[in-house]
Amino acid sequence: MKHWLSLLLVAVLVAAVVPVVGCSESETIKIGALFDVTGPNSPLGTPEKQVVEMMETQINHAGGINGVPIEVIVYDTEGKEDSCVSLATRLIEQDGVVAIIGPSSTGESLAVIDTVDKAQIPMVSCAADERITIPVGDSIWVFKTPQTTYMAVQEIYSYIQDQGITKIAIMTDTKGFGAGGKKDLEDEASNYGLTIVSNQSYDNEETTNWDPFISKIENSGAEAVVCWGTNPGPALIAKALDGTGIPFFGSHGIANTKFIEVAGDAAEGVIFPVGKMLVADQLPDSDPQKAVLLQLKSDYEALYGEGTCNTFAGHAYDALKMVQMAVEEVAPDKETLTEELKDRKAFAAKIRTEIENIEGFAGTGGVFNMSPDDHCGLSKGCMVVVKIVNGEWVWLQD
Amino acid sequence: MSPEQFVDNLISGVAQGSVYALVGLGFTIIYTVTRIINFAQGEFVMLGGVFSFLLFSSVGLPLPLALLLAVLAATVVGAVLYLLAIRPARQASVISLIIITIGASTFIRGVVGQIWGKDYMPPLPHFSGDNQWLWIIGITLVVMVALHLFFSRTMMGKALKACSINRQAASLVGIDARSMAFTSFALAAALGAIGGAVITPLTAPHFRMGLTLGLKGFVAAAVGDFRSQVGTVVGGVILGIAEAMVVVLDWGPFASAYKDVIAMLVLLLVLFFRSSRGAAQEAAS
Repeated sequence: MKHWLSLLLVAVLVAAVVPVVGCSESETIKIGALFDVTGPNSPLGTPEKQVVEMMETQINHAGGINGVPIEVIVYDTEGKEDSCVSLATRLIEQDGVVAIIGPSSTGESLAVIDTVDKAQIPMVSCAADERITIPVGDSIWVFKTPQTTYMAVQEIYSYIQDQGITKIAIMTDTKGFGAGGKKDLEDEASNYGLTIVSNQSYDNEETTNWDPFISKIENSGAEAVVCWGTNPGPALIAKALDGTGIPFFGSHGIANTKFIEVAGDAAEGVIFPVGKMLVADQLPDSDPQKAVLLQLKSDYEALYGEGTCNTFAGHAYDALKMVQMAVEEVAPDKETLTEELKDRKAFAAKIRTEIENIEGFAGTGGVFNMSPDDHCGLSKGCMVVVKIVNGEWVWLQD
Repeated sequence: MSPEQFVDNLISGVAQGSVYALVGLGFTIIYTVTRIINFAQGEFVMLGGVFSFLLFSSVGLPLPLALLLAVLAATVVGAVLYLLAIRPARQASVISLIIITIGASTFIRGVVGQIWGKDYMPPLPHFSGDNQWLWIIGITLVVMVALHLFFSRTMMGKALKACSINRQAASLVGIDARSMAFTSFALAAALGAIGGAVITPLTAPHFRMGLTLGLKGFVAAAVGDFRSQVGTVVGGVILGIAEAMVVVLDWGPFASAYKDVIAMLVLLLVLFFRSSRGAAQEAAS
C-alpha cells in the first residue's frame, strides 16, 4: 500500500514539474536584477527595483520585445557583497538570465564582476565608481549607467573657479562614496586653479560634535567648503557652517529632499552638481534628455507618488533600456528572437556586443556613447550645477 | 588656533563628553545593582532623541514638554524591558541576561525603524540661541546633583546603594533586591534618554543612533570600572575632549578621520591597565 502511495506521489510531482520546465525554456526573455532593497543603500535600491518593475509591465503591455514578453527577476542583495555574488550565480545558473542589471552599490558591483565575467553574461551596473568599468580590459562584460564621480567633481570645481575662489576646504565621508570623492577632489583641484588648504574626513554616523572641524576650516583661510558624502553628514556640516560666512558646496550625494529637511535654513543657497533628472522641467526643449526625463518622471510618479522619482530610478531605467535596445538590435523580429533564445550563451554574447555599440542614446544620466574603450559612455556636460532656493532646486546655467 | 576657539572646542568636547557620561551612568547603575551589562542602553539614548523629535515636530508639543515626555516614555520602556525580559529570566546566569539585553536592543531598534522609518530626522531647534553645548553641560550638572541627592538623601537611593555594595546583606536588612533592579533599569533608561534628548539639536536622530552613543557610554563606564559613578563621568568627559582635540590638532597619526578610534583606544588602554593591575594583585597574593 505504502509503495503505491509513494509511486502516486512521484507521479503527481512529475506531472506538476514537467509543464513548468517545458514552458520556461524559451517563452520569455529573462533579465536579472540585483538591487539593495532593504540594506544600507535601500534609498537607491528601492526606486531601482520599482522602476524596473514598472518598465517590465510597460514593455509587456506593449507586446514585449518583438512579441516575446520579458521577465525581470529582481533579487534583494541587502547590500551584502557575498549575498550579491551568490544571487548573481543563482540568476545565471538557475534562472538562466541573458543579462543582469545592478547592483546598486560600488562595493557590490566590484565584488560581482568576477562572477559575470566567468559566466560571460553582460551586466549593467547602477553604481557610480569609475573602478567598475575602468579599465574595460578587466571585464568586457561589465557596463555602468551612473555618471562617474570625477565628472561631478569637474562640474562643481569649474563652477567654483568661475566664482574667483582659489582656496578650498574639503570634507569627505570616510566611507565609500566620500572616499572615492576625496581622491577625485584631490586629483582635480590643480586643474581648476584650486588649492586644498584643509582636508578633513569624518565618520558620517558617529560624529555629533562638528565644531572642531569648523574651527579648522575657519583657521585654514578657505574661501569655500566642498563636502562629499551622503545624509546626514553634509546637512549637519552645512548647519554647523551657517553663520561663518563660508559657502558650502555639496556633491550629488545630497540630491534629495532629506538634505533640505535636515539642514533646514542652512540648505538655502547650497550649490551642488547633479544629473539632469532634478531639474528636468527647467531644461530647454532642445536638450535631448528632456523628453525622456519628463516621460519617466510622469510614469513613475503616477505609480509611486508625487516627487518620488530620482536619479537612482534613472540609473536603473537607463540600464534596462540599454539591454532592451541591445536585444532589439540582435533580434529584429520574433523568429530570430525565438531562435536566439535557444542558445542563451551566444545570445548573451551578442547582447554584450550590441550594448558596446550603443551610440547617441539619450538616457536619464546623459547621452551615452559606448565603445570598446568606454563602458560608461558619458562625458562632461551630463551633469548640471544646481542651487537650493526656497527649498527648490534651481538650475544654474553657465 | 586662537584662545577663544580653543576654549570653544574645549566646551564642545566637555559637552559631548557629558552626553557620554550620562549614557555611561546608565551602564554603571544597572551593573552595580544587578551585575548585568545592559547592551540596550544605547537604545534608550535613541528613544530619547527620536521621541523628542516626534513629540515636538509631529505632535507639535512645546519643546520642554516634548523633551520631558520623551524621557518619561523612554523610562517606561526601560521599566517594561526589565519586567518583560529580565525579570522572568532572573534565575538565568548573568551571561544569559546580558545576551537578553543584546536581543532587546536589536528588537527596540527594529521596532522604531519599522514604525517611524529608517531615514534621518531633522535636528530639533537649539534650546535657546546658539549655545546648545552650554545647555548640555548645565543639564548634565543638574542631573548629577540630583543623582547625588537621590543616592545620599532618599530611602530608595540609599537602598539602591546598599544593593550595589552588597546585595545579600541588603536583602537581609529587608531591601527588596528585585524592585531595586526594576528601579535601576528605569533610572538608566531615563539617564540615557536625557543624553539622547539634549544632543538631538546637534544631530539628525535616527533609529541607529544608539549604537555609537551606547558604545561611547560603554567606554565611559569602563573607565569607571562599571562601579564608580565619578569615574564614569570623568571617563565620558575625557573621551569627549579627546575626540574634539584630535580633530583640532589633526596631529599626524591622529588625523580627523581617526577621531572615532579614540574611544576604542581608551577602552583598550583601560582594559590593558585593569588586567595588568589584576595580574599584579594576583602575583602579590
